[in-house]
Amino acid sequence: MAVSSPTQTTQLMNNVDAVRATLYDAMKNDPRTVILGEDVGARGNVFLITKDFAKEFGPQRVIDTPIAEASIVGIAVGMAMEGLRPIAEIQFADFIYPAFNQIVGEAAKTRYRSNGEYTCPLVIRTPYGGGVRGALSHSVSIEALFYHVPGLKILAPAFPADVKGLLNAAIDDPDPVLFLEHKKTYRLIKGEVPDGHYTIPIGKANVLKEGTQLSVVSYGLYVHWALEAAQQLEAEGISVEVIDLRSIRPMDRTTILQSVEKTRKLLIVHEDNKFGGIGAEISAMVAEEALFSLDAPIRRHCAPDVPAMGYAEPLEHEYMSSPAKIADAMRELARF
Amino acid sequence: MATTITMPQLGETVTEGTVAQWLKKPGESVEKYEAFVEVSTDKVNAEVPAPVTGTLREVLVKEGETVATGTPIAIIDEVGAATQSNAHGTEPTQQVANAAAAPPKPSNGSTAHAAPAPQAAHTAPTPARHAELDIAGLEAALRMASPAVRKLAREHRIDIRALQGSGANGRVTAQDVLTAAQMGPAAAVGQAIAIGTNFGATGAPVMPPTHAKPPAGGTSTYGEPIPGTTIPLNQARRIIAQRMVESKHTAPHAWSMVEVDVTNLWKWRQREKDKFDHETGGLKLTMLPFFIRAVVESLAAFPLMNARFTDEGIYVNKDVNIGIAIGLATNLVVPVVKHADQLSIKGLAVASAQLIDKARRNKLGVDDLAGGTFTVNNNGSNGSIASAPIINGGQAGIVTMEAMVKRPVVTADDAIAIRSMMNVCLSLDHRVVDGYVASGFLADLKRRLEAMGPTGVL
Repeated sequence: MAVSSPTQTTQLMNNVDAVRATLYDAMKNDPRTVILGEDVGARGNVFLITKDFAKEFGPQRVIDTPIAEASIVGIAVGMAMEGLRPIAEIQFADFIYPAFNQIVGEAAKTRYRSNGEYTCPLVIRTPYGGGVRGALSHSVSIEALFYHVPGLKILAPAFPADVKGLLNAAIDDPDPVLFLEHKKTYRLIKGEVPDGHYTIPIGKANVLKEGTQLSVVSYGLYVHWALEAAQQLEAEGISVEVIDLRSIRPMDRTTILQSVEKTRKLLIVHEDNKFGGIGAEISAMVAEEALFSLDAPIRRHCAPDVPAMGYAEPLEHEYMSSPAKIADAMRELARF
Repeated sequence: MATTITMPQLGETVTEGTVAQWLKKPGESVEKYEAFVEVSTDKVNAEVPAPVTGTLREVLVKEGETVATGTPIAIIDEVGAATQSNAHGTEPTQQVANAAAAPPKPSNGSTAHAAPAPQAAHTAPTPARHAELDIAGLEAALRMASPAVRKLAREHRIDIRALQGSGANGRVTAQDVLTAAQMGPAAAVGQAIAIGTNFGATGAPVMPPTHAKPPAGGTSTYGEPIPGTTIPLNQARRIIAQRMVESKHTAPHAWSMVEVDVTNLWKWRQREKDKFDHETGGLKLTMLPFFIRAVVESLAAFPLMNARFTDEGIYVNKDVNIGIAIGLATNLVVPVVKHADQLSIKGLAVASAQLIDKARRNKLGVDDLAGGTFTVNNNGSNGSIASAPIINGGQAGIVTMEAMVKRPVVTADDAIAIRSMMNVCLSLDHRVVDGYVASGFLADLKRRLEAMGPTGVL
């Protein structure tokens, strides 16, 4: 994969703008690009990401589908295998389950099953995550359900510039990529985004803040909160290193291990449930590779093991973390 | 409430134990976790802690008597929980843990073997109990030591018990160890964790200056030597004496010695030691594992040397289990590397280091000492160049590694070269083998040792 350096000029965007701009460029620059999903055409996506795309590129390339996720991904797999570059959208990650077979059983295994004769250059975009009073069906994190699967890449960028660079990398990738967009960050998070086409390598984490006493690994919305907490702790004299995973699979083991070897303490923060979550894999990896660097037990600050995020505000607050809760977890581990 | 105490099982394969000494008399009070009886099995002596606080009502087994594990040996009248809590404020376990986590600051020049007793030593300290509490303190300290702390402590030779922890509940943190390391080696000499230094290969400069002193927590087989008095025999001393006489009287010993050119072997060891040290987190690579490797290969070629004499005939052992004679300052123990023929040199290095560490901490279990089929004695660390060792009873032989010395040697092409030479001595049970087999074994061992060199694989 070629890594082009960002150009000098930038524009201030939020995450919705970044997705929209990247998709627009892909549609503009490559006639093989097709967008399909529920309400992506006439409605222009529920977050208005593909607004006016259908007018400009036509209903052949911006396809409104029925409410049938298995079909959305199934059709996209066929398109990808036969030479198109489909970008399928699952309107909310909460509804991705009907497409599980198409993603895990078909897309992820195409290259292996065909002995490399076919690949599946497919991007599946989907908004995920809570904190928006979305209750049971508009709040879930799904990454742990898919990260067990070899052959599938999973990205979860948190910043607009990363959204663009990684979405471009996902579109260029010859194999299926599940692209997760945290819906609370859509308009909350703004940042400078370089103009022009560039990619960020898949599988590279980003050290957002260097520190010496404690490493925190996170992704998605909680990266922003972890950064906020770390800055607060800096004022208290506790030096925290914050790593934005960006790419859930493949995972950047090197960056995590280097950081843990330096700080000797690891806190993993994610919105998904703790049991069997991404943090479990990071913990196991660090225990396998860097046990003798650890000066404290690895800690995971994650969602409780309850089936879903409640609608009632206190329940949502209880389920979700916050900068204050993350700061407490950091303090506790720093004290150990 | 009366609590009946039974004979503990001091090892997986142990079925009985001997009451060596009652540390408490009937009517005396005993604290929970306080040693109240010394039990011996074979070569291991262990002080047994009381499971409850109370008064020793009755002892059911006399000193010197051997009973099956699980047999009641004493009855303790337990005191009420209120009394216990009044007496100590908190649970004794808690106190031991706290004491270890926040040890007193080291006095000037104090080293590991003279580690101060934990402050929670609330019982009147007799020497025996002192030692027991100290070990408990060490255990608790190690339990709280993170992998990073252990690794750094090994690397920098820091005794973490002597450090003031800055972590939660006084835990010693990795940073504490690094800070102590920067303060210089005098800050804390970690003899207890300098695994394997005592058997430092012949001539190898790895012995700490304190190595001649008794190891931390080691139970002496002697009492205090006062001129003009008789030191009473304790259980361990008595067993050693008995075993030596038995072996020397029943097995007709014959003796032989070869000189071995270990110049290349030494070079190999020199080349590997730093890498090994790094890979194992601070274990020292000595000549011992190389030697054991050569011995097990020679035993494979001469299975009669891995045998024992019985009235029915010569029993040839299936397994190759190598005993390592460890002469502690006041005791002799021979822990066994099981299936030594199945271990690489690296594996032997780790296994023997672990046993030696256990020996120095007085932590060998009966299972560590059982099952030896042949014995290796690193006799040269104090400069000995020849010795006639006594065979470990029930085995066919014992070999020694004597001191490695540089000597001018006439080489095969009649040149004179300075070579590192080491004598290897063999005592054999002449009932099992004759000189022909034994000298063949020694020649084979010599050939293997001389063939070892820097091109080998650990």
